[in-house]
Amino acid sequence: MSVANRPVHRPLSPHLQVYRPQLTSVLSILHRATGVALAVGALYLALWVICATSPRAYVTFQSFNTSLLGRFVLGGWLFSAFYHLCNGIRHLFWDAGYGFELKDAYRSGWIVVGVSLVATIVSWIVGLRLI
Amino acid sequence: MAEFTLPANSKVGVGDTYKAPAGASRIKTFKVYRWTPDDGKNPRLDTYEVDLATCGPMILDALIKIKNEVDSSLTFRRSCREGVCGSCAMNIDGTNTLACTKYIDDVKGDIRIYPLPHMPVVRDLVPDLTVPYAQLASIEPWLKSTTQPPTRERLQSPEERAKLDGLWECILCFCCSTACPSYWWQGERYLGPAILLQAYRWLADSRDEAKGERLDNLEDPFRLYRCHTIMNCTKTCPKGLNPAKAIAEIKKLLIERTV
Repeated sequence: MSVANRPVHRPLSPHLQVYRPQLTSVLSILHRATGVALAVGALYLALWVICATSPRAYVTFQSFNTSLLGRFVLGGWLFSAFYHLCNGIRHLFWDAGYGFELKDAYRSGWIVVGVSLVATIVSWIVGLRLI
Repeated sequence: MAEFTLPANSKVGVGDTYKAPAGASRIKTFKVYRWTPDDGKNPRLDTYEVDLATCGPMILDALIKIKNEVDSSLTFRRSCREGVCGSCAMNIDGTNTLACTKYIDDVKGDIRIYPLPHMPVVRDLVPDLTVPYAQLASIEPWLKSTTQPPTRERLQSPEERAKLDGLWECILCFCCSTACPSYWWQGERYLGPAILLQAYRWLADSRDEAKGERLDNLEDPFRLYRCHTIMNCTKTCPKGLNPAKAIAEIKKLLIERTV
């Protein structure tokens, strides 16, 4: 077969490997990731409730919750809830047709990040005071 | 289905290095994606040292200089060299833009140049645009009317005409579509930001009489609704247009006609 008639297996040009992460795409994938985290978190909550039926299981579960890893998981879950909520509100504005100018999208993005971080820290502190 | 890694035949290897000529005073390093169908090898990243003292200010100037003086086999599309034709769209320094309107000095460090992302490569920096062109044809981008044609031009008020601003300027370079992760993962079923902006251009035209039919064609989980408002499209558009907003307007039109 001549070179011209040989079937060509074209390569796929690089995408994720080369595209620069930016606020637009990072916050979008974070919305997806926190959504997954909330779904897993719901199962975690169910496990917590199940453990409440036996004192021994509950103590074991709580000892994990108070460990460093446990705190990280709970903190991440808390942040996921606030971030997903705030960014969900941002999406509602978009659905209504507002906030599409690039500078508005960047401003609302940073506001969502700021508010969810502050809300996570404040509710963590308030939560510890209430115990 | 989304595949986050490159297929085996697409992984990019290390290529050749071409040093700047002796006496070069302002050296800038360009790393350029190369692939040819002729040798059966994987793509590679060639390194070219370019003397900016003898080079024009734009990325396209450097590519043309490399092609003229170093490696005539370097292949890329270019025509107008002033951001009007959309031929030289490529991924430069991690985002999609036109090589002819991107300043070399705007990139710090080495300049990495790849074809538009997640497209089949014809050769070097030339992507195969068959699918996006077919998608453009699918939205029937021309004026459609059912009424008797007038004996003169179809008139528009200045307000009606103003609705097309920010839409007609699109040069179909496909920087936006190939910056969109949704288009990467669903590019054969999702129309992508460039085509949807065109679709809205005809929906927004007061002279067009096929609005219902156009909306019927767009009302589809994949063709339109794979847009998740990531906004990489608007971020990257070299003409400063807003495909994300155009898509949102289409979604609003679809909701408005159901309520």
